[in-house]
Amino acid sequence: MSEFEQLYREVILDHYKAPRNHGLLEPHDAIAEGTNPLCGDEVTVSVRFGAGDVIEDVGFEGRGCAISQAATSMLTDLVKGRTAAEISALPKDELLEEIGIPLTPVRLKCALLGLGVLKVALHKAKGTPLPEEWGASSGEINLS
Amino acid sequence: MTTTATPSLDVHRLRADFPVFEELFGGKPIAYLDSASSSQKPRQMLDRMRAFYEHEYANVHRGVYQLAERATEGFEGARRTVAAFLNAPSEKEIVFTRSATEALNLVAYAWGLDNLGPGDVVVITELEHHANFVPWQYIAKRTGASFRHIPIDDQGELQLDALDGLAREGEVKVVAANYVSNTLGTINPVERLGEWAHEQGAIMVVDAAQAAPHRPVDVQALGADFVAITGHKLCGPTGIGALWGRREILEPMSPFNLGGEMIRSVGLQQTTFNELPHKFEAGTPAFAEAVGLGAAIDYVGGVGLEAIERHEHALVQQAMAAFDEIPWIRVFGPPADRRAGIVSFEVEGIHPHDVAQILDWEGVAVRAGHHCTQPLMTRLGVAATTRASFYLYSVPDDVDRLVAGLRKVKASLG
Repeated sequence: MSEFEQLYREVILDHYKAPRNHGLLEPHDAIAEGTNPLCGDEVTVSVRFGAGDVIEDVGFEGRGCAISQAATSMLTDLVKGRTAAEISALPKDELLEEIGIPLTPVRLKCALLGLGVLKVALHKAKGTPLPEEWGASSGEINLS
Repeated sequence: MTTTATPSLDVHRLRADFPVFEELFGGKPIAYLDSASSSQKPRQMLDRMRAFYEHEYANVHRGVYQLAERATEGFEGARRTVAAFLNAPSEKEIVFTRSATEALNLVAYAWGLDNLGPGDVVVITELEHHANFVPWQYIAKRTGASFRHIPIDDQGELQLDALDGLAREGEVKVVAANYVSNTLGTINPVERLGEWAHEQGAIMVVDAAQAAPHRPVDVQALGADFVAITGHKLCGPTGIGALWGRREILEPMSPFNLGGEMIRSVGLQQTTFNELPHKFEAGTPAFAEAVGLGAAIDYVGGVGLEAIERHEHALVQQAMAAFDEIPWIRVFGPPADRRAGIVSFEVEGIHPHDVAQILDWEGVAVRAGHHCTQPLMTRLGVAATTRASFYLYSVPDDVDRLVAGLRKVKASLG
């Protein structure tokens, strides 16, 4: 298998070209957006809850590299029907196994962007724990 | 049966690692007694930097290509090395800076401007290096906080009974002290100062530039909130230092330098900052130098900080015993058993610059001046001192040459 085929294996290209659960949900119960400063990837994830904390539906929009968008698409399939608490504690390896390609540290940040954003959305709506790297506001400049 | 013999260092084997000792000055090898100012460099560190520049070099954090990954791994590996060296709980708490001075300015500006105001008190010590003195003096002035010092006694040791009085002057918000005085070699009780600082609700800022090359610095055991070190005193390259800061203080803190790499996203109206430690590392960092610092720490760690401390202590004892026999030399600071590898002194009636000049003709390199501690010079009642300082490569012969050189100084100018 060539290096190209390893990284951009068919399922990645499929999710990239035809992302699942694409488009933001209206109405939604939770929403968050995030960026990966390394590649400039952007992802917004919206969530609608069913009974209790069950994630009934999830939709996303974004733009960025194939890995970031495909990984978020795969994530949306992975989380539907599971509870906010469960997903907030979802080990990143579960998603990485699903993605199933060798990732360097830089590309790992692309692959995990959507999961981080989803956890932030769940935190905002349900108070579940934030992922470590999103744990505290690192601050901003806001002129408006 | 195992013995508990303390490991010692083989100084002659170590000296072979330092190319500078092969150089001649006026036909003489150098007796380098200015390591408190900056240390000499071992081949191992230089080789590591050369290999990095030759085989692993590209800009860090950005590139997708394999060479950039190598560079990033080198840089982040150096961060892990610094974190382990200081026993930091997380490498995210290690911010690379240009120097200890920049690390201390980072805290004074980024923390100080947001957290200090009228009625607050900034406490420093009378034997502070200007790097941990002037930034606080300036930020205190800018914010309206008062600026007070812990005085020293005649042996150059902090008078802790002054602390109660300082606490009555207002709300103490910062206590900033060096771990080891670069001028006198005094080892300050920074753990005790940190406890007191926290009792006042203040942060404890430790300048460990002069300590970290010579004795173990454990940020958790010290109980400090910020600890600054520099590479060039530690067998590392110039242009690289590090700040350790407690995560819960670093996270809400304002940035210091702004620009690339420290951002998460940038817009015309709004910019969001990056996570730790990158929030405090704007621009392309001195990452090859960070790799050099990592190699220097590996080198110094391989020799062993306890062994280095003991080695220097023996040289301090030798020098102070020799000076004790000479009535026209006056040594400043505490007794040998309570100081690091630094001896500041004056030669009666002869200016330190003249002392250093004549010693240089003997191949003996010492520092003459105020050592960036002018308030301390004022307290000692001198304009300058001559300072001899030791490191892992210093030998008893260096001390013998110093003493012989001083006798020549006295004979020619005294």
